[in-house]
Amino acid sequence: MEILQYPFDSQLILRMKKKIRRELLADGSSRIKKKIAILGGSTTAGIRDMLDLFLLHQGIEAEFYESEYNRYWQDVMFENPRLADFHPEVIIIHTTTRNLNILPDLTDDSETIERKLNEVYETYRMMWDKISDTYHCPVIQNNFERPWYRLMGNRDVSDEHGMSSFVARLNGKIYEYARDHHNFFINDIDFLSSSFGLQKWNDPSYWYMYKCAPALPAVPELAFNLSNIIKSIYGKNKKALVLDLDNTLWGGIVGEDGADRIEIGQETAGGQLYTEFQTYLKAQKALGTLLTIDSKNDMENALAGLNRPDSVLKPEDFLIIKANWEPKDQNLKEIAKELNIGTDALVFVDDNPAERHIVRSQLPDAAVPEIERPEDLITTLDRSGFFEVTNISEDDIQRNEMYKANIERARQQTQFTDYRDYLLSLEMKAEIKPFSSRYMSRIAQLTNKSNQFNLTTRRCSEAELTQIAGDPEYITLYGTLTDRFGDNGVVSVVFGHKAEDVFHIDLWLMSCRALKRDMEYAMLDELVSRCRSEKIGILKGYYYPTKKNKMVLDFYEKIGFVKVSEDDEGNTVWELDISKSYERKNTVITVEEA
Amino acid sequence: MTKEEILKKLNDVFRDVFDDESIVLTDRTGADDIDDWDSLAHISLIAAIENEFGIRFDIKTALHLKTAGEIVTAIESLLA
Repeated sequence: MEILQYPFDSQLILRMKKKIRRELLADGSSRIKKKIAILGGSTTAGIRDMLDLFLLHQGIEAEFYESEYNRYWQDVMFENPRLADFHPEVIIIHTTTRNLNILPDLTDDSETIERKLNEVYETYRMMWDKISDTYHCPVIQNNFERPWYRLMGNRDVSDEHGMSSFVARLNGKIYEYARDHHNFFINDIDFLSSSFGLQKWNDPSYWYMYKCAPALPAVPELAFNLSNIIKSIYGKNKKALVLDLDNTLWGGIVGEDGADRIEIGQETAGGQLYTEFQTYLKAQKALGTLLTIDSKNDMENALAGLNRPDSVLKPEDFLIIKANWEPKDQNLKEIAKELNIGTDALVFVDDNPAERHIVRSQLPDAAVPEIERPEDLITTLDRSGFFEVTNISEDDIQRNEMYKANIERARQQTQFTDYRDYLLSLEMKAEIKPFSSRYMSRIAQLTNKSNQFNLTTRRCSEAELTQIAGDPEYITLYGTLTDRFGDNGVVSVVFGHKAEDVFHIDLWLMSCRALKRDMEYAMLDELVSRCRSEKIGILKGYYYPTKKNKMVLDFYEKIGFVKVSEDDEGNTVWELDISKSYERKNTVITVEEA
Repeated sequence: MTKEEILKKLNDVFRDVFDDESIVLTDRTGADDIDDWDSLAHISLIAAIENEFGIRFDIKTALHLKTAGEIVTAIESLLA
């Protein structure tokens, strides 16, 4: 919904929130459900309402729990059946500088101040640890915004008695905790408040009247920021940027002005602007965002522009370059198809409002940020949170290489008439082993974003998966796949639980990048061999249909299971008897010995 | 702005905040007449009114506005 896309009109969203909610719920889109607890040091109802809207917009239907006013700490630390029964999947601690009640006095010596700092920090740390032990779910904790007054003026930041100094030191300790804890995420209100305007953010009338902190007009920004963290944790980040060239990656029109006349490089203000934008994109790419081009140009001109020595981005930085005269939405569709991702994973960036309009109307699930002036390119992309980084896995860093290898594989395939010969020519190697901490963030990422090859579409946080991995009642497997073109990383995940001599497969998924490689056979072989060594005679598989997983409707049948039941909604249950014999199915992938 | 003009604009704000196109305000319309007018809605309402008219109520006024008529009077005095 455009009204919720950055840059948005906060006042308008606040005023229209009921109508926006009604329309979002009626738009017919499918959403994942999440239970979110907001434990606040201030009134949180306004935050709940705004977060609800932004999450719906990002494909998540939330159910909320809220602590009583300023009972965030007690809610966690003491026996709390209401929260326990709620089974939170995310816990947000919402506090502000107003909640800091232990602060330095002017007469304190350094030691006392240090002790106070630790006391505040420890209060929080105990709470975070308790959440992790009790609820095994991600925690989102804000840092603290700059205090809204400075008792000592400018000296407040450097003098250890200053509240500004104290808050900065406390933030440092929180970041340290964040670096050491995987399931702990910072809601950076220090940045938000300064970007929004500290004075407006801290408008004290909202605190005095309603115990709201921050002020209500700042709440949409706060909620939007939280929604970005949550959708990122649950694998709903965008994957690829689809970029226009003329007046988007450089100034001017390469086909008319010529490659030597377009604006890029350090010579002009315009050139600097586009150079900085390209530098930003290059850094995004390093984080794992896929770069592609969708431009109305002849290929020759497009390449001439990118091949300028002062162009930061070169042709090889892009996985796909569509420089042609086809409608842009058509190109977008093809880019999605070639990359094997949904159009809902694309962000289209174009200076031309008419092109943005056509893409928006033809592909409503692609993100199309409004770019009014080229000066805003970085800010708008940056603040939109399309690629919010919650965890960086090795896979993210190598993603561009992996997709490039995929495109080369597709080329190789055309040289073979026999498919098995093609698979053998790939020289595939797999490692199939129980979940290990090394891969846990990637396993969680796959569990939360795989839609197509996913039998039960069960979503789990990293904390839950860690717990399952350690539970002897469960058998878990991840599979990595390497071939002559490169390392695909973890591509398949299976886990299930034992009940006497039956093994129930709770989850089986595979990344699209490993489709048609016989990886599913390799996974089954390994699963069966582990089950047999634990005296299991029957594997039980479940298929729950969703809008996106038709691909695996008859998967169990294909791999030799027998259907035992089907209900009205198309949910099916399958069995495979392995008690007597089992013939290994994979003949093309070399599996590393355990 | 006349009282009538203020009331008309205020009516639009109410319709948006409560997502109810059937609301027709009179001077006496109060929390009893609009189901959803609770304390949380009151905060949103005050913020939307302040934004619409480009004014800020002081704390005492904001908390004690109970009817549409009182709101119109308060807006009028701030715009004067």
